Amino acid sequence: MTLLQVRDLVKHYQAGRFFRGTTPPIRAVQGVSFDVETGETLALVGESGCGKSSVGRTVLRLQEPTAGSAVFEGSDLFSLDRTALRRMRRRMQIIFQDPYSSLNPRMTIGSAIAEGIEIHRLAKGKEVGRRVGALLEEVGLDPGYAGRYPHEFSGGQRQRIGIARALAVEPRFIVCDEPVSALDVSVQAQVLNLLADLQRERGLSYLFIAHDLAVVRQIARRVAVMYLGKIVEEGETEALLRQPRHPYTVALLSAVPEPDPRRQRSRIVLTGDLPSPSNPPPGCPFHPRCFHPRRDRRCRSEIPALRPVGATRAACHYAETTPSPETA
Amino acid sequence: MTAWLARRITQAVVTFGVAVALMFVLMRLAPGDPLSRMQEDRMMDPAEIAKTRAIFKLDQPIHRQFAAFVKGVLRGDLGLSIEHGLPVNTLLASRIGPTLLLGGATILLNFTLGLWLGVRQAVRRGSREDRTLTALSLAGYATPSFWLGLVLAWLVGIKLHWLPVAGMQSPLLAPDAPWLARAADIGAHLVLPALTLSIVTIAGTMRYQRAALLEVLRLPYIGTARAKGIPERAVIWRHAWRNALFPVITLFGLWLPLLVTGAVFVEMVFAWPGLGSLAAGAALGRDYPLVMGTALLAAGLVVTASLLTDVAYALLDPRVRYT
Repeated sequence: MTLLQVRDLVKHYQAGRFFRGTTPPIRAVQGVSFDVETGETLALVGESGCGKSSVGRTVLRLQEPTAGSAVFEGSDLFSLDRTALRRMRRRMQIIFQDPYSSLNPRMTIGSAIAEGIEIHRLAKGKEVGRRVGALLEEVGLDPGYAGRYPHEFSGGQRQRIGIARALAVEPRFIVCDEPVSALDVSVQAQVLNLLADLQRERGLSYLFIAHDLAVVRQIARRVAVMYLGKIVEEGETEALLRQPRHPYTVALLSAVPEPDPRRQRSRIVLTGDLPSPSNPPPGCPFHPRCFHPRRDRRCRSEIPALRPVGATRAACHYAETTPSPETA
Repeated sequence: MTAWLARRITQAVVTFGVAVALMFVLMRLAPGDPLSRMQEDRMMDPAEIAKTRAIFKLDQPIHRQFAAFVKGVLRGDLGLSIEHGLPVNTLLASRIGPTLLLGGATILLNFTLGLWLGVRQAVRRGSREDRTLTALSLAGYATPSFWLGLVLAWLVGIKLHWLPVAGMQSPLLAPDAPWLARAADIGAHLVLPALTLSIVTIAGTMRYQRAALLEVLRLPYIGTARAKGIPERAVIWRHAWRNALFPVITLFGLWLPLLVTGAVFVEMVFAWPGLGSLAAGAALGRDYPLVMGTALLAAGLVVTASLLTDVAYALLDPRVRYT
């Protein structure tokens, strides 16, 4: 069942105005569509600045969208008024990347978790404290920690607190904005396992924003790859990782460290920088950095549509003949 | 915390002592002495000069003078003002009230209006209101207070006749007038000096508060607070503002002594009978005992203000631990 349906989402940022002059807007998200099914994880991957975090924040309306629609449990999120939106906030939560700045330093973790419960009147009096304790326990922390302040915890513990805080309002959907990127690898695995357990027990859906495909493989059933504000490839995680169809996905995959030293594999290093999102290249946004042998004039003029190719959907004119990571 | 506080207070006392000693030496190193001022008024014969020097112990070596001064301070006696011929204690006591009134009014305006405007600006960043207030605050910050005082006195007092421009009380008011009338009279006299002093300092407070709040507003925990469904007003005041207070507390600590002793120009422009004008007169006349009296007060204020700032930090920020 579809829990969240996002269509043609656009988010532009107006860059600073200097006196009367205007600069072109930064086109962070340029028409992104995807579905998130109940109880599943959709991963959104791409390099820094590709717009993946903007998608997450705009869907939750922590930022206002420029255009597009997002239907969550049957209601259009972008047309909700202020009170309706606040009521809806209960159903959707977010976990941020930086566990250090995601918690208010002047609030005990207990009151940070309790705040959501109290705002939405999910419990009263002593029941609030009991719930906070239960939540801390659920994320693997001692309920006795409720009276402590965020600075007394490690990065991994804080991320667990962040998860408990998100769970406090009993959401159905959580945007995980690079929740493990700032953590040590050993702690990453623990937090990912915790997220997976919670998903199973509570039937949660995740929009999992990441730049690390190894992490994505562990948590997500489906992946969407973003480049310069657009989804360039989308599909089941296994299929997409086995045979990527978009040259950008191929390059991303070749950047994942290979634990087996005997396996031969070439590493594709993209040339050039990510083009400026305020002045994207014409045609296929990836063409200035593309290594596809068939790249031609059409790539420079015509924007490729996202279309089914093999087991995934890819936005490349020559997706059928994209070289695999082994042969590229 | 108690051990830290004890250490911090000891440190404050030492700082205070060093500052007072420096002031004592510096004053005597500067050219001229109290008698040169006296001689401007009338010629004194050498015997008279020697006698006067002896009265104020100016004929003794500097360490003796300092020892006598310290002994006096410990007894609570700051000596006799050379210029006024009155005990320094009496002079300070008569002037501290008006200064505290002026400084207090300024601080009150500053930390209500200044903070509120700064918060508004940060919340409405980039709007027309924000840009207008930014321009105004920069202009206010760049305006010398004595010039602003003169302009206000000329415009509001002399041209428009709205408010009195000099002193603290109207000389025409009967001394047995009801207290309400006297309070209203003092209030009217207070408006212009307090406004002059506030305009400059509020500008600073606004800038600091705006910057500090903008810094906090972009942190993820503000995003999570909004995501919880907390009303925006509570997000701003409860989550963001409380964390954006620290730079302003520092500013407060820096300004507290300035507002009490640094109002020299404003007090002189408006003939406000406070410590600032007393200190200025004392320095000009090389009135050593009176200069030391005001310096003692100023140093005490600076040290106390920074101590209070540190304690406020410790009380407000759970991350600050003192051992």
